[in-house]
Amino acid sequence: MSNVMLEVRELTTKYVTRFGEDIYAVDHVSLKVEEGKTLGIAGESGCGKSTLALSLMGYYFAPLHYTSGEIIIDGRNISGMNPNDVRKSILGKEIAYIPQAAMNALNPTRKIIHFIEDVIKEHELYITKKDIYDRARKLFETLGLSADVLQKYPVELSGGMKQRTVIAISVLLLPKVLIADEPSSALDVTSQKMVIKMLRKLMETGLISSLIFITHELPLLYNVADDIMVMYAGQIVEHGNAKQTVFDPIHPYAKGLMGSIIVPEKGLRDVKLTAIPGVPPNLKNPPSGCRFAERCKYVQPECKTHSINLNEVDGGRAYRCIFSEEKLREAYQNG
Amino acid sequence: MAEIRSLEKKSCLSGSGLTKVFGFGNQKTVAVDHVDFNFYEGEVVSIVGESGSGKTTLAKMLLGLISSTEGEIYFQGKKLDIRTQRKKREYWKNIQAIFQDPFSSYNIFNKIDSVLLDCIHMRGGRKFSHAKKVELMIEACSFVNLKFEELTNKYPFELSGGQMQRLMIARIFLLKPQVLLADEPTSMIDASSRATILDYLTKLSKETGMTTIFITHDIGLAYYVSDTVYIMERGKFVESGSADAVILTPKEPYTQRLINDVPKIYEAWDLSTV
Repeated sequence: MSNVMLEVRELTTKYVTRFGEDIYAVDHVSLKVEEGKTLGIAGESGCGKSTLALSLMGYYFAPLHYTSGEIIIDGRNISGMNPNDVRKSILGKEIAYIPQAAMNALNPTRKIIHFIEDVIKEHELYITKKDIYDRARKLFETLGLSADVLQKYPVELSGGMKQRTVIAISVLLLPKVLIADEPSSALDVTSQKMVIKMLRKLMETGLISSLIFITHELPLLYNVADDIMVMYAGQIVEHGNAKQTVFDPIHPYAKGLMGSIIVPEKGLRDVKLTAIPGVPPNLKNPPSGCRFAERCKYVQPECKTHSINLNEVDGGRAYRCIFSEEKLREAYQNG
Repeated sequence: MAEIRSLEKKSCLSGSGLTKVFGFGNQKTVAVDHVDFNFYEGEVVSIVGESGSGKTTLAKMLLGLISSTEGEIYFQGKKLDIRTQRKKREYWKNIQAIFQDPFSSYNIFNKIDSVLLDCIHMRGGRKFSHAKKVELMIEACSFVNLKFEELTNKYPFELSGGQMQRLMIARIFLLKPQVLLADEPTSMIDASSRATILDYLTKLSKETGMTTIFITHDIGLAYYVSDTVYIMERGKFVESGSADAVILTPKEPYTQRLINDVPKIYEAWDLSTV
């Protein structure tokens, strides 16, 4: 077994609204990412994917608050650390985060090299501009980006180029874990492919050790991730390797999600796409029992009253349902 | 024009040499460049292209929202004449659209009843009794699996994106246009409710014999819904034909690249091409 880079145990974080209500957007989430592996997180919008990504950094700011659980990066427990210490010694060095639409974060009045100077100077006080430039050039060249980009303004770059530049900046301090939240959602297919290729390259060249990839596009996730975690209403509902989760999901929600995949391949027109009726529950007052019960085709009265645990099955898979795996499979066969 | 093919199929909307140029002089941008097309009645057509290829400009021209620089549009065999507001209104009875962003498609001050009532009035139902109008509205809502009782007295922002987009389809159901232009109808809603929207749209177009034009960048979606696919690159149609032919055996290098770049699940996704 290889080295575990990031381990999360029963992490719970909440949003506090201005009316003082608690919204548990990440609810007892446990996960492990090994060295050299990519973990994909799937789910509908509003299921807590992005909140999980934010929570994993250990850097909380209102309205997001830490409640309980542990985050261990390469053997170092960062949960409950002082936010200032997290910013100084964790962010960028241990764990880096690329938010959604990160390319819009580039200030149009500054050249790319200035952003890089900002990042490095924050951590290394006595470094010369020349050293920074050399380091940046070397990194950009390793990643297949032209060094000319460094002297350009963001407006001179295309969307895909900006996104790749932001990713390159995020790995400047050689983080162990990179969290990419929808890094390619606003790009066209070709730029998307370039971004994915670059993320792969980061892993291959050892600039990062592990990657957490968040997207709602399942075909993309399948091609990027080794393991897939499906989130629903702040909880993990299914966890397994990519192939099993996409082609042979256990949980009814995962099943519904995988049934909605559209790819331009032979045979697509013969399959009937499935849809999941309804919308995810409001987490202000989540349903007791199974959170998916309202939308589930196979719902039973006891689903709504019992609390449901994550069941472990062979092959490192887990799912959160009251029924056994056999019973669910039988139900799927009968339609 | 491709009238030879249309012996059995009647042409619904066609265009020849349709062009739109923005700006002039050095700043000239040719958004749509001499395109010829022929959409038949009852057909589901997709126009696929990357961002900036001119899909939406073409759609706006078809809807009569912007004028064309050159070329003609023919609606049911007749040259389209929408030079006056009155003629435009008449034309809009035949062509309707669903846009990408359901949240900005509605007037936020109007309740949902009035959205649907407007449609009934537009189809000449202004003098119907109240009971008849409600009956029509209930029918339209039940077509897209919405409950009218839950919707009345609500404002559009109280609905979810999927529900709003379904309400859009309910509007189309009441209006029964000959042509529906759907500009990225599912790109802003979740994948889990995407199938429902597509199902209702295809069902509606089968039931009413309406021509549906999907405008999308998602080549998988185009393949799933359409009979005919047009691939657009920099304002030109580079390839067109039946969905199976274009998507499964693309001939043009651009189409091949586009399809190759989409992540797949059954075949390997080749990352070495970029």
